[in-house]
Amino acid sequence: MTATLTAPTQVKKPGRPKQNREAIFLFLPALLPVLVLSVYPLIRGIALGFTNARAGLHVDTNFVGFDNFSKLLHNGLFWDSFRIGVIWTLSVTILQFVAALGLALLLNTDIKFRGVARTIALIPWAMPPVVVAIMWRLLLHPTNGPVNEILQNLHLTDHPINFLGNFSTALPAVIVVGIWVGMPMTTVTLLAGLQGIDRTLYEAAAVDGASAWSQFWNITLPQLRTVIVAITSLDMIWNFNSFGLVYVLTAGGPGGKTMLPMLFAYNEAFRYGNFGMAAAMGDVMVVIIIVFLAFYLRNRLRTEA
Amino acid sequence: MRTRSGTRVLQYVAVLCYLIFLGFPLLWLISSSLKSPQEFASITPTLLPKHFDLSNYTDALNEQGLIRGLGNSLQISIYTTILVLIVALPVSYALARFRSRLRPLTNGWILVSQVFPVILIVIPLFMILRPLHLTNTIPGVVIVYMVWSLPFALWMLQGYVAAVPRELEEAASVDGASRLRTIVSIVMPLLRPGLIATAMFTFISSWNEFFFALVLLQDPQLKTLPLVLARFVGAEGQVQFGPLAAASVLATVPSLVFFAFLQRRLTSGLLSGAVKG
Repeated sequence: MTATLTAPTQVKKPGRPKQNREAIFLFLPALLPVLVLSVYPLIRGIALGFTNARAGLHVDTNFVGFDNFSKLLHNGLFWDSFRIGVIWTLSVTILQFVAALGLALLLNTDIKFRGVARTIALIPWAMPPVVVAIMWRLLLHPTNGPVNEILQNLHLTDHPINFLGNFSTALPAVIVVGIWVGMPMTTVTLLAGLQGIDRTLYEAAAVDGASAWSQFWNITLPQLRTVIVAITSLDMIWNFNSFGLVYVLTAGGPGGKTMLPMLFAYNEAFRYGNFGMAAAMGDVMVVIIIVFLAFYLRNRLRTEA
Repeated sequence: MRTRSGTRVLQYVAVLCYLIFLGFPLLWLISSSLKSPQEFASITPTLLPKHFDLSNYTDALNEQGLIRGLGNSLQISIYTTILVLIVALPVSYALARFRSRLRPLTNGWILVSQVFPVILIVIPLFMILRPLHLTNTIPGVVIVYMVWSLPFALWMLQGYVAAVPRELEEAASVDGASRLRTIVSIVMPLLRPGLIATAMFTFISSWNEFFFALVLLQDPQLKTLPLVLARFVGAEGQVQFGPLAAASVLATVPSLVFFAFLQRRLTSGLLSGAVKG
């Protein structure tokens, strides 16, 4: 582009290779570390799923084909973990999207204190995941946490609930924390999308007598479609791959009720030393994400076209 | 458009509910960190401490592990930030300015790095770094963080580079300045806000990072702040929640400063600016 703008056309052709050389020179400092510490490990990681690699310095590693995958197929705990992972991912992504859309719509109106509200809405984003987990353990604490105190004062329960320790409440509690953490990112993105919608569309609709609901349904949602598809896809990937938050909140407990796939794989690799097996799980996760995204994006984009 | 007053009231109520949901947890954490141990153990907790008590903070700061964790986190985050800026500046310049074949490749890599679960990368990384004696070292963690902060840093910076008017560079090259000279004396000064934002973002993501640190750092001397905090929680029986809350507040301060600083841009310019690349 620069060449076409600055120089007459006959200089453009010899200018091209020089530009490429310059580009490569500028890329060079990043290229080596990225290749060694990102591209290569990724490829090796995928391949590791087809071996019986184990932790330890001088252990023989052999190619075992699809052995790990057939073992996974017959492992009940693995299936449980994936079921939990899917419930977690879908619940967090969908509920978070609905909540964030509501907040973004409110912040896009002309209410007062919008600036303050926007700042407060960013708080969860600004906190380290480990601190978020510690904080919610305090909030949900059965004896001196405020959530139990409030529920008891409202007579919604007569005994304190150990949210993170009960089989039935642990996963829902963790999902609530997941929604809380991811809301700012989703809200900010949706808000940016809302601000990009042409105001005249609404004015025209209002002249035609369209209700607020029909404006939302026929203007806001279709106009936001690309942003919605983008942010929900990203949220889905991030949630499916999430680790730190739940690791500190429950470490997968009680009784494996919050054992997300990443936690399962982490334990397999670094608690039991089964590198090959853990990598195989990683491979399965990648396949699931890609299949799901392909399906989701194809459907979404088809309705758009 | 006029909004009816009934709707208006509902809107304020809804916003208030959202803000309580999003803001109350942090408020509670801060208030907990200021309560005395006796008040903390009370079974009827109150939102505000009856009297402010800083003993949790002094307790937390007297804890050897915490101070060390703070120091380690600070070191790692600063080194990572400097490295990322050095590497990301030329690359993002090339990404924004040249139509090179490396551009779709880089963008593809940025996407791939989001999709793949870190477990697939961390095991081979561990196997690469171990024979080099870089596991359990700060330089080892720093280079890993650098590589994994790069995608977002590039994505952010190339948006800022694209916003620098090309005409300025052209003027400089007409005046006979080399490409390097142009970058250093024309582009860089104009990029200052972008560089600051990228630096802060990199700092925060290293400061908050948990997973790679968990795998790569076993030595208690080298553990970062998130690891130290997480270990406190693990020891549930004897854990003292007051000092833990205080330490958590301290660990959040850098990110809060960053977000306060960038608040305006985060809600408007940052994202749209970054996509423009």
